[in-house]
Amino acid sequence: MSKTPLGHLGVEAISKKGWFAAHKYLLARRATQLGILFLFIIGPVAGYTILKGNLSSSLLLGFIPMTDPMLFLQMLAGGYFGITSSAIIGAALVLMFYMIVGGRVFCSWVCPVNMVTDSAHWLRRKLGIKGGQKLSADLRYWILGLVFVAAFATGNLAWEMINPVSMLHRGLIFGFGFGWVIVLGIFLYDLIGTRHGWCGHLCPMGAFYGLVGSIAPVRMLTSGRAACDDCMECYEVCPEPQVLPMALKGAENGYPAIILSNECTNCGRCLDICAKEVFQFGLRYKDMKVSKFSSRHVDGVGTSN
Amino acid sequence: MLARRRHKKVNRRKFLTKTAKTACGVSLGGLALGHYTRAASSLPAMSIRPPGALPEDKFLAACIRCGLCVRDCPYQILELAKLGTDNPATGTPFFTARKAPCEMCEDIPCIPACPTGALDHHLTNINEARMGLAVVIDQESCIAFQGLRCEVCYNVCPVRKDALRLEIRPNKRSGKHALFVPVVSSDACTGCGLCERACILEEAAIKVFPLRLAKGKSGEHYRLGWKQKDKYGKSLVTPDTKHEFNLPGDMDYDYYGRGLVKKNSISQTDSPFSANPLDTLNKGLGGTN
Repeated sequence: MSKTPLGHLGVEAISKKGWFAAHKYLLARRATQLGILFLFIIGPVAGYTILKGNLSSSLLLGFIPMTDPMLFLQMLAGGYFGITSSAIIGAALVLMFYMIVGGRVFCSWVCPVNMVTDSAHWLRRKLGIKGGQKLSADLRYWILGLVFVAAFATGNLAWEMINPVSMLHRGLIFGFGFGWVIVLGIFLYDLIGTRHGWCGHLCPMGAFYGLVGSIAPVRMLTSGRAACDDCMECYEVCPEPQVLPMALKGAENGYPAIILSNECTNCGRCLDICAKEVFQFGLRYKDMKVSKFSSRHVDGVGTSN
Repeated sequence: MLARRRHKKVNRRKFLTKTAKTACGVSLGGLALGHYTRAASSLPAMSIRPPGALPEDKFLAACIRCGLCVRDCPYQILELAKLGTDNPATGTPFFTARKAPCEMCEDIPCIPACPTGALDHHLTNINEARMGLAVVIDQESCIAFQGLRCEVCYNVCPVRKDALRLEIRPNKRSGKHALFVPVVSSDACTGCGLCERACILEEAAIKVFPLRLAKGKSGEHYRLGWKQKDKYGKSLVTPDTKHEFNLPGDMDYDYYGRGLVKKNSISQTDSPFSANPLDTLNKGLGGTN
């Protein structure tokens, strides 16, 4: 099926668009991820603070609060109802932001673990590691439920005791302890265990933000899908390949040329790698009603189901 | 490949088995997480929460582990607990009094920094903070108890005289000197830990502990008679009766010195001294005597 051997991933796109254009979104994402970390870290070092706190809750420019809405809900589940206005406004702001740009933009543009799992995936591809344990991509929704049950049962933000995302982020800003062991564990699991194991199957934050972004208007469009030559390179780089087939091949079934699954992270990897310019970012107001086609419910190519 | 997978049917049995498997796995994971969370969330004795922190069980649900209090502490005493170290619940803020105690800023900047209210925004007077309680834990090492003058803890206490006072006790070793012993009152001690840091010993003899460790609690129904009497102006139980000794028949008790005496023998006439003080003063001067 594939025309280009996948070992030469991206060669065609680079030769056609040039290296920078073929890595445009990758570079932008890395710049965003590192930039956010840098702003958090530089505050106390430079003496003035643009961004203060960490991803759990932070203060931008000294007056804009931002709070992780998933942690906000865990506080409620844990039985704490005295939450003050700063966290309420902060959670609402973050929620609104991701409801517009796509929930899993958090995963691919902000979350520091993304760099860990991306490196693991890159190395996995280079070393030709195949196979590993098969997991359902639904598992993360179960774990998401578990996170809230655990908060309710322990009266503690239980997930934060082991959450690799906040562990890594907090570790980089406030000091690690042995938190790096968990991060290393995720790297190794993604490398030799399950392909896209953590971000694509297990992480409950990804599940949560995916649900948040269900109605987001900012989407990856497959407007040029007629030009698709089945090279399969987008499936190879996509961290959630189950979102692709309907948007790419669903033309005859009347499926819109939009990736409607809320599991798409809007990372733009497919856009970068595609030599035929099938993909582009866009809005989807008029196609809101067809979101019932959510392609997750169709076993697609590249899923590990 | 695409077509084959798309038409793969999932029958009921497969679906139920898969769901049950996942549910079991996730539940086991949940039990492990719950157990670990309980085990790893105990507050160690030497870790003190910032001022205004809610009681520990509420605090763990309310603290979002963001570190904004850490950033706004001008003395940089706070840190976020790290995984796998001998610290409180991972990511929560605390300080270690011996290393860096709370300097008790008047505006308490860490409290408004807290976005969730895990540090109670109602606390505006730092003297009302109850981060912990100082305890003179080792009276054998504290040099004040040996009769030496130290009083360093007393002198650094921001609420001295109320929270920490010096009690003067007789020095029984020398028989003639005094001990200036530090005594803590829980109704004024904020638990800032300045005394613990200042203690001159290699290992502090006065230490700040979380309240739950440092405080005892008497039964809810306990009342101290003398306090109730002060409060209401009279005894609430039985009227005070004049104290009486049970003495043998015709005996009486001289409270002023001689002890047991014959009844009615306590009188001026029994005294070896004259009732007239001038007699004593003029004694031996060759007067009338």
